[in-house]
Amino acid sequence: MAKITYIDAGGIARPVDGEIGSTVMETAIKNGVPGIEAECGGACACSTCHVYVDEAWREKTGEPSPMEEDMLDFAFDVKPNSRLSCQIKVTEALDGLVVTTPERQA
Amino acid sequence: MRAVNEPIKTDVLIVGAGPVGLFAVFELGLLDMKAHLIDILDKPGGQCAELYPEKPIYDIPGVPYTTGHGLVEALMAQIKPFGPAFHLGEMVETIERIGEPMFRVATDSGKLFEAKVLVIAAGGGSFQPKKPPIPGIDPYEGKSVFYAVRKMDVFRDKELLIVGGGDSALDWTLNLQPIAKRLTLVHRRDDFRAAPDSVNKMRALVAQGAMDLKIGQVTALHGGEGMLTGATVKGSDGALATLACDAMLPFFGLTMKLGPVANWGLPLREGELIPVDTASFETDQPGIFAIGDINWYPGKLKLILSGFHEAALMAQKAYHYVFPDKRLVFQYTTSSTSLQKKLGVA
Ligand SMILES: Cc1cc2nc3c(=O)[nH]c(=O)nc-3n(C[C@H](O)[C@H](O)[C@H](O)COP(=O)(O)OP(=O)(O)OC[C@H]3O[C@@H](n4cnc5c(N)ncnc54)[C@H](O)[C@@H]3O)c2cc1C
Ligand code: FES
Repeated sequence: MAKITYIDAGGIARPVDGEIGSTVMETAIKNGVPGIEAECGGACACSTCHVYVDEAWREKTGEPSPMEEDMLDFAFDVKPNSRLSCQIKVTEALDGLVVTTPERQA
Repeated sequence: MRAVNEPIKTDVLIVGAGPVGLFAVFELGLLDMKAHLIDILDKPGGQCAELYPEKPIYDIPGVPYTTGHGLVEALMAQIKPFGPAFHLGEMVETIERIGEPMFRVATDSGKLFEAKVLVIAAGGGSFQPKKPPIPGIDPYEGKSVFYAVRKMDVFRDKELLIVGGGDSALDWTLNLQPIAKRLTLVHRRDDFRAAPDSVNKMRALVAQGAMDLKIGQVTALHGGEGMLTGATVKGSDGALATLACDAMLPFFGLTMKLGPVANWGLPLREGELIPVDTASFETDQPGIFAIGDINWYPGKLKLILSGFHEAALMAQKAYHYVFPDKRLVFQYTTSSTSLQKKLGVA
């Protein structure tokens, strides 16, 4: 298990336990965390699972792949710490991860 | 020739050409019912075609492996003998009951249909353009902010802002550049997912000074009474610039929104699903059926295979509306010569 905290656009933090091997998107959906829509179910095809990775965690989560970067073009208010949460795998190293969800996904 | 606005008459009208709408053509066709399909997408296949054409599907009965695209191709081949008519790029806006049952249906482009049976196979809703969350964008929509180009001439001699980096953004940049007064393409990064050939053409125009490219994201709009005068763009370095413009075209891909289905007087569960009876997948309105992801009944699973089953049962009941005086005989495609004739194999 890895603890993942989702902070919504209004500043409310929701810490949940993420299963190792699942994704940051799946962990949110499974736990009913609002702010992530994941219309395409994790296929990197919709960009409605956009999150901002907390600065302290950017290095550990890494950079988006070229395919993910392309899909981020369809997200709004993209920042240097933007990621698609379906493309971040939950690992032991991400225990404590903090992400913020944008005001709107679509 | 059909006069303008004379309704197209058909036995069955299917709203939505996703996998379930497509398979419905087959089940209806076996029972001699002709179908027309309408979809707002410019291609058949619904979610399979739009969201995951290249991804694998492993749970179609008897098909150990296919892809979204592969399944749509196979369904198109399977329904070919029944010659379904497709009306793509059109949104079904209104439905009206004009008989028992008989429906009149209108699309956003003004096409009219008359059908004895309506099959709503609208899936997760209609695919609609994503609207950028720029504060105060609403009053401009449809007046100077457009999510699609219906008539190019609207943009003649305009100062135009096109936003995005995909094929739609690049294609419209190349198509509208010659007629616009000035065109600026705004994209968040200096990399484009669009076809390399279009990107090269765009870069050549920029090099010639025939258009502008601005790297950044639109953060604010300026103007009044729906008419834009400018937009603020935040560059990747954080610097703000205001660009003059009198029209903007944002292209951020598509998202599924329930859309007009909500206005058809059908009860909705949790605001988005149409309850049906599981003997025939008919709604509470005789003659209107709902199959696939859009419907709800106890135990519903949003799977393609469930939608296929629903289509088969729907067709049995629809038959009685289309041919009230005929008796339906149950037959197998394996052994029935009459079914095989319809399929063109006997
Ligand atoms: C990434 C992903 C993977 C999936 N994998 C599988 C899998 O492995 N197995 C499986 O069984 N299922 C899978 N699914 C689910 C499957 O795709 C859906 O169950 C299926 O697409 C539903 O088909 P449908 O025909 O009911 O609706 P859809 O495919 O949603 O099609 C509905 C169509 O109706 C159109 N429409 C709606 N309203 C209107 C209107 N008013 N006017 C005009 N057009 C309209 C829409 O534009 C759309 O094209 C997956 C889904 C996703 C997103
Ligand atoms: S869930 Fe669609 S891109 Fe992540």
